[in-house]
Amino acid sequence: MRRFTFHRLWAIVLKEFIQMKRDRVTFGMMVGIPLMQLLMFGFAINSDPRHLPAAVRAADQGPFARTLIQALRTSDYFVLVREAATEDEAQRLLQLGDVQFVINIPEDFSRKLLRGERPSVLIEADATDPAATGPALAAVNALAGTIFNRDLPGPLARLQAKAGPVDFRIHAHYNPENITQYNVVPGLMGVVLTMTMVVITALAITRERERGTMENLLATPVRPFEVMVGKILPYIAVGYIQVSLILLAASFIFHVPMVGSLPLLYAVSLIFIAANLAVGITFSTLAKNQLQAVQMAFFFFLPSILLSGFMFPFRGMPPWAQAVGSCLPNTHFLRIVRGILLKGNGLAEIAPEIWPLLLFLAIAMTIGVKRYRQTLD
Amino acid sequence: MSVTDLAIDVTGVTKRFDGKTVVDAIDLSVRRGEIYGFLGPNGSGKTTFIRMLCGLLTPDAGTGTCLGYDLLTQQAEIKRHVGYMTQKFSYYEDLSIRENLDFIARIYAVPDRAAAVQHSLERLGLQNRSAQLAGQLSGGWKQRLALAACLIHQPQLLLLDEPTAGVDPKARREFWDEIHQLAANGLTVLITTHYMDEAERCHRLAYIAYGHLLTRGTLEEVLSAAKLTTWTVTGPGLRELAAALRDRDGVEQVVAFGNMLHVSGRDAARLDATIATVRRPEHEWTRIRSGLEDVFISLMGDAKDNFS
Ligand SMILES: Nc1ncnc2c1ncn2[C@@H]1O[C@H](COP(=O)(O)OP(=O)(O)OP(=O)(O)O)[C@@H](O)[C@H]1O
Ligand SMILES: [Mg+2]
Repeated sequence: MRRFTFHRLWAIVLKEFIQMKRDRVTFGMMVGIPLMQLLMFGFAINSDPRHLPAAVRAADQGPFARTLIQALRTSDYFVLVREAATEDEAQRLLQLGDVQFVINIPEDFSRKLLRGERPSVLIEADATDPAATGPALAAVNALAGTIFNRDLPGPLARLQAKAGPVDFRIHAHYNPENITQYNVVPGLMGVVLTMTMVVITALAITRERERGTMENLLATPVRPFEVMVGKILPYIAVGYIQVSLILLAASFIFHVPMVGSLPLLYAVSLIFIAANLAVGITFSTLAKNQLQAVQMAFFFFLPSILLSGFMFPFRGMPPWAQAVGSCLPNTHFLRIVRGILLKGNGLAEIAPEIWPLLLFLAIAMTIGVKRYRQTLD
Repeated sequence: MSVTDLAIDVTGVTKRFDGKTVVDAIDLSVRRGEIYGFLGPNGSGKTTFIRMLCGLLTPDAGTGTCLGYDLLTQQAEIKRHVGYMTQKFSYYEDLSIRENLDFIARIYAVPDRAAAVQHSLERLGLQNRSAQLAGQLSGGWKQRLALAACLIHQPQLLLLDEPTAGVDPKARREFWDEIHQLAANGLTVLITTHYMDEAERCHRLAYIAYGHLLTRGTLEEVLSAAKLTTWTVTGPGLRELAAALRDRDGVEQVVAFGNMLHVSGRDAARLDATIATVRRPEHEWTRIRSGLEDVFISLMGDAKDNFS
């Protein structure tokens, strides 16, 4: 009889619920923390991210167009990663988050430039995170005045009109008013869940060990998987309370637009909540006491807040930081939440962010079950 | 006696912690339906041994069976048929009495759970306080709750680790009456204790010190195997007398019991010779049967000499 049974799992679930009910302070904290963080992070953290991926849709391939592209590239703000052939393709790249900008050079660019008609170049930006796009767009405007200084010498110098020879038009998608809360508040969902879910379950097993109840639990036939899942399930409910609180605050306090499907968001949140709970459980099998467990949870929380794209725009971070960030569930969850709420992404668009979450969940769960000691040795 | 009559049958069970041997090659067999007392000084390895019996610790050496299941490979089966009462209360203090019982009953998939919990509450005499949190119970009630909880799945073997520590005499007596009742119905009980009166209520005993099993058998067997001679003396000036006797040839223990001294040693001839040198007419000397405590203290003194 070494297999999983539902009655033992259910026994653990019920017990955890009762204990949660008795521990009012902890439960209060789990509701209070999201609210407190919402209010504190309502302010934006700005920085100056560079090397942002951009696509070019160049209808004019002439020398002036190339000079323009070269100038954008040397500005350090843009990395031209793609060429988009059509407007549809450009839109798709933006929506998937493959690029942050699409630079549209019109067909008659060179002709108009030579005629002094100030051709317009449309820069479309994914402005869900204004902190990421703002500095780059400011740099573009600064560039406008000097870009063709060498290409337009002598008689053509008159074209260097006061307003600049090119008229950059900026079209900010998804968050046209550059309201940072639109970006921060959905991002907070991942941060709050990471913090509370990991900490609460990090204590789950060390607490049993410290209070001595582990000895009793181990003397019963209960299996490791039953203990872990039994301890995770009740907190999924708590996680959903937090998600709902944040969505309510986002909607009624910060007036964040919600374009996408809320049921989809709730469904995907399940994976993320479970992943964090599994991390916590794994920590609690590793920690010797409750203090260590909390420290481990904090150790996980810091990169989740700093390297996930919540605090600083992801693209603005150095490659090593991006690599670390990509391993964290919060990074992917942030993109999912922002994608669904602000861009109206559907399942197809967020799929690339879902499988890393599932992978992470599987790994954390496996380590936890493997590390769970069935004896006191 | 056939093997199936033995609830516990282990040989050479050994446990080391950080290179220190805490339980050293212990052999033990306990018959079904027997109350077996497991005694020994603090830190002698009683708890460690019991934990190995119920699969909580893996022995470093040794083989054997518990309820017919292999100690090393069938720990899951052992756990389902053993009730283990830990030395330290280890039920959930933030759960009520009923919730604790209900939790354990669910874990073991006890049939007709509600009735089993109710029955258990009634036997405890706690049906009126079933909603009280376990953490608020007094020590004696905690022990009773723990006993009820480890009986709820109707185990065949009870392992009780100092179940009566800190419990008042009346409650202790009731506890033992219940243990005897359970044993009469076929349950096997292995119980550790530091109380001599409790040791005398066991069918058989084992004494362990510093991980070594020093003696075992029925009370009579243990007493006679010790070959200990004990005298009592009453009269004036006992304090001076005790000082004069201590560390003399053949004298192993001089213990004061109220207005009486117990003087014992294993070599009766040498003991008598020494006593003869201090005899005074105002003292009354009587030779008595050595008690369990005298025997154990003498064994412990030996163990220290040999192993420390
Ligand atoms: N997990 C452990 N790690 C290291 N040493 C341990 C561990 N558990 C017990 N010991 C040591 O093993 C020895 C025996 O301990 P044990 O608890 O078995 O004694 P005991 O006979 O039950 O004592 P008591 O009567 O005080 O309950 C002690 O010296 C103890 O320090
Ligand atoms: Mg002990």
